[in-house]
Amino acid sequence: MTVAPYVALIPLLPLAGATILGLAGVPLQRRLGKAAVSWLACGTVAASFVLAVAAFLQLTTLDPEHRLLLVRLFPWIHVGTLGVDVAFAVDPLSAVMILVVTGIGGLIHLYSVGYMHEDPAYWRFFAYLNLFTFAMLTLVLGDNLLVMFVGWEGVGLCSWGLIGFWHKELANTRAGNKAFIVNRIGDFGFVLGVFLLFWSLDARGHGTLVFRELATHAHLLAGETQWGVPVATLVTLLFFVGATGKSAQIPLYVWLPDAMAGPTPVSALIHAATMVTAGVYMIARLNFLFAMAPATLAVVAVIGAATAVLAATIALAQNDIKRVLAYSTVSQLGYMFLAMGVGAYAAGIFHLMTHAFFKACLFLGSGSVIHAMSGEQDMRKMGGLREKLPATSTTFIVATLAIAGIPPLAGFFSKDEILWQVYSSPYGSPMLWAVGVTVAGLSAFYMFRQVFMVFFGPCHADHETAHHLHESPATMTVPLWILMGGSVLAGLLWIPHVFLPFEAWLEPVVGVHVAVAHHAELAVELSLTLFSVLVALAGIGLAYTIYYRRRPDPAVFGRVLGGVPHRILLNKYYVDELYDLLFVRGVLLVCRMAAWFDLRVIDGLVNLSAAIVRGWAWASGLFDGYVVDGAVNALADVAQFVGRRVRNLQSGAINAYLYVVLIGVLGGVLLYWSLVSAS
Amino acid sequence: MGDLSLGHFVVLGGILFALGLFCVLTRRNAIGILMGIELVLNSANINYVAFARYNQTGYDGQVFAIFVIMLAAAEAAIGLAIVLGIYQSFETIDVEATDRLRR
Amino acid sequence: MSITVAVFYLLAAVTVGSALGVAFANSIVYSAFALMGTLLGVAAMFVLLGADFLGVVQLLVYVGGILVLTLFAVMLTHRISDVNVSNRAVGRLPGFVLVAVVFGWMVHVAGSARWVMKAPGAPAPTTYGIGEALLTQYALPFEVASIVLLAALIGAVVVSRKEVKG
Repeated sequence: MTVAPYVALIPLLPLAGATILGLAGVPLQRRLGKAAVSWLACGTVAASFVLAVAAFLQLTTLDPEHRLLLVRLFPWIHVGTLGVDVAFAVDPLSAVMILVVTGIGGLIHLYSVGYMHEDPAYWRFFAYLNLFTFAMLTLVLGDNLLVMFVGWEGVGLCSWGLIGFWHKELANTRAGNKAFIVNRIGDFGFVLGVFLLFWSLDARGHGTLVFRELATHAHLLAGETQWGVPVATLVTLLFFVGATGKSAQIPLYVWLPDAMAGPTPVSALIHAATMVTAGVYMIARLNFLFAMAPATLAVVAVIGAATAVLAATIALAQNDIKRVLAYSTVSQLGYMFLAMGVGAYAAGIFHLMTHAFFKACLFLGSGSVIHAMSGEQDMRKMGGLREKLPATSTTFIVATLAIAGIPPLAGFFSKDEILWQVYSSPYGSPMLWAVGVTVAGLSAFYMFRQVFMVFFGPCHADHETAHHLHESPATMTVPLWILMGGSVLAGLLWIPHVFLPFEAWLEPVVGVHVAVAHHAELAVELSLTLFSVLVALAGIGLAYTIYYRRRPDPAVFGRVLGGVPHRILLNKYYVDELYDLLFVRGVLLVCRMAAWFDLRVIDGLVNLSAAIVRGWAWASGLFDGYVVDGAVNALADVAQFVGRRVRNLQSGAINAYLYVVLIGVLGGVLLYWSLVSAS
Repeated sequence: MGDLSLGHFVVLGGILFALGLFCVLTRRNAIGILMGIELVLNSANINYVAFARYNQTGYDGQVFAIFVIMLAAAEAAIGLAIVLGIYQSFETIDVEATDRLRR
Repeated sequence: MSITVAVFYLLAAVTVGSALGVAFANSIVYSAFALMGTLLGVAAMFVLLGADFLGVVQLLVYVGGILVLTLFAVMLTHRISDVNVSNRAVGRLPGFVLVAVVFGWMVHVAGSARWVMKAPGAPAPTTYGIGEALLTQYALPFEVASIVLLAALIGAVVVSRKEVKG
C-alpha cells in the first residue's frame, strides 16, 4: 500500500470545474465566451486523465501484491463500531476504470464542444458533465461502500439532469424522471445490501465497509443464514438489484432506451461508456462476496443472458438510430453480467472497456449523423450518407465491425473470451454459451442493418435536409478517430505477453476464483471461436442481402417473417405497457375500486340509515313539537342566561388563559401534595 | 469546582424560570411572550445540565438539553411565523387585540 | 470564596440582570437585547458546568439563530418610531403575586429535597460523547427531531408567505 495524495485530485478537479461552472457559468460564458467554458471543462478532465495515467504508471512499478495507492481525505462517520473515512484507492481494477472514465470522458467533452456549440445553456451542460465525471470517479475510486454509494447516487442525479437537459420538452423531463425513479428502486436494494452486510459482519465482531477489510472478513458469513437464507446470497442479491437498476438489466432496463432523449454526448458518456457499467464494476469489486453465493451467480448469469437476448431482439426492429444503439447497449451489458455470473470477472471488465470504446464511438458517430441531418433520428429517412460524411462513416463502420466481433478488432477478443469462459467455467453451461452466440449473431445483424440503412443505398432525406448535409467539425471527428483507434487496438491487451496482460493485471483484485482449465483445450476453444465468428459473419451477410441488396426487400421480409412478431418487437414486447398496466394502472385501479366502494356501499349504508332516521325523526317531531318544545324553550332561556355571563371567561386574552392554566396547575399539585402527605 | 454546589445552579434556574413565567403572564406583545418562553426553556436546560454534572449520569442530560434547544428553534420559527401572519391581518401583535374569534 | 464561585456569581448577576430586563423593559427592542445577555450568560453557565459543546450550541442556535429571528420579527412588526411603547405589560401585580408563590414554593421544594449527589470530576471534552450518544442510544429521537425541524421549516414558510390571490 502506497500513500499517494495526488490521487485525490483525480475526482476533485472535475468537481472544481463543475463548481465554477455551476456557480459562475453565466457570467463566464457572457464575458469570456464559450471558449472559456470549453477550456475549463475539458481542461479539468484532461488533467484528471493525466493524473490517472500517472497513477497507472506508478501502479505498474509496484509488486502485483502491493498495487494499491491510497489517500485518506478526512474521517467521515466514526460512531459506535462504524468507521467510515472519505478515502480514495487506486488498485488495478479502479485504475482501468479511471482510465476509461477520464479518457473516454475527456474525448466526449471535446466532442461536446462541437456538438453543443449552438446551445444557449452551454455552460450548464458542461457543469453537469463535469459533475458527472466527478461522481463517476468517486464511484470507482471509493475505498469503501459508502463513498462508492455517494458516487452511485451522484451519477444517477447527473444522469437525471442530463437526460432532461432540454427541459422545455415535456417528454425529455419525463424520460429523466423515469430514469431517476427506476434507478431509485435499484438503489434501494443497494442500500439494503450495505445495511445487511454491515449488520451481519458487525454481529460477528468485524463491522466494516472498507473493501479490503470486507475481503478479509467475508469468510465470517460462510454458512450463516438469515431468515433461512444464506446471508451471502441475500446480500449479493440485494446488491444485484442495485446493479440491475444502474446497469439497465431485467426487470429495470426500461429507463435506458427512454434516456436517449438527452443530448447524444450524454448517451455516449453516461448511457454507454461509464454510468451503466457501474453495476458490472460493483460486482467485480465485491467478487469475493459473490463467490460465496453460487445461487446469486446463477441469477446474475441467467438475468444477464435473458437481458442480452431480449434487448437484441428488440433492437432488430427499431428505426430510431439512437434506440438501436440503446438496446444494443442493454444487450452488451447483459453480456457483461453473463461474464460476471460465470465468475469471469476479468473478461467482463475487459468487455466493459472495449465496449466503452466502440459504443462511445458509435454513439458519437450517430450524433454526428444526427447533427448532419438537422436533428433527424429516423433511419428510414437516411441512406447513402457515406460520401457526405466520410470520417463519420469510416469510424462508425469500423466500430460496428468491432461490436460484431470480427477479428482482430477489440470486440472479438472480449466477446470471445466471455463466450469461452461461459462454456468452460464450472458456473457456466453450453446452454448459456448458445444464448451468447445467438446474441452475437443478432448483434452483428442489427448493427449492420443500421450501417446499411444509414450509410449505404439511396438517400431518403428530403431536399432541404439533403442540401444541408455536411461533415462535422474537427472537435467532433478527432474523438471519433481516437475512439476508432481504441476499438481496433484495445483487443491486443488481452493477448498474453503483449504489453501488459489484462487478466494478470486484474488478478490481485478479482483473483482466479474460478479454476478454469485455462486454454488447455485449445482445439475446442479454437473451434468455438471459429463458430462464433462464422455466426457473426452470417448475421452481417443476412443484413447485407436484406438491407443492401434488398433481395428480399426489407418490407417484404418484415411481412413474411411475420407481421405479429415484428409488431411485438417494434413495441419492445409491450414491457412499458405491462409495467404501466401492473404498477401505474394497478394503483389507479385500486383507487377507483375504493372510490366505488365508498360511493355505493358506504354511501348506501349512510343513506339507508339516514332514511330510517328521517322516518323516526318525523314521528318524534310530532311529539317534540308539542310536548318537548315547551320544556326546551324554558331550558334554552336558562342556558342563554348562563352563557351571557360565562362568556366573559372566554376573553380571547392569552394572559388570562395563562393565569387560569397556572392556577390550575398549582391547585392540582397542591391537591396531590395534600393527599400524599395526608396518607 | 471549589465550593460551588448543585444548589447554586438550581436557584439560578428557579430565578430564570420565575422571570420567564412573569414575562409570559404580563406581556401583551406576542413576541414578548415568546421571549418569556425562551427564558423558561433556558432555565430548564440549566437544570438538566447541572443535574447531569452533579449526578454523573453521562451525557443524557446534555443530549436532552440539545433536544430542548432544537425544539426551541422549531418553536421560535413557527411562533414568529404565526406572529408575522397575525401582524399581516391585524396590523398589530397585541394579544388582547386579536380576539376576532370571540365576536 | 474560590475563583470559580466568584465567576459564577458574576455570570449569575449578568444572567439574572438581563432576565430582569427581558421581563420589565418597556421597549420590546430592549427586551430582545437583554435576552441576548441572558442567553450568553446561560451559555457561560454551560461552560462552567463542563458542557463545552452545549455552550457552543447555545451560542450558535440561540444567540445566532433564535435571537436574530426574534429581532427580525420585532423589526418587521413595529414601526421604529413607536418602539418606546411597544412592550406594554398588563396586570403586573397579580402576575407578581402568582410568580412569587410559584418561586417560593420551588425554593422550598429545592431546599427540602435530599439530592443524590456525587462529586463531579474534572471537566473533559464532551463533543465525542454527545455525538456518540446522539447516533447510537438516541438515534431514533435524533431522526424524529430532524423530521420535526423539517416540518417546522415547511410550516413556517407556509404560514408566513403572502396569500397569492387568484
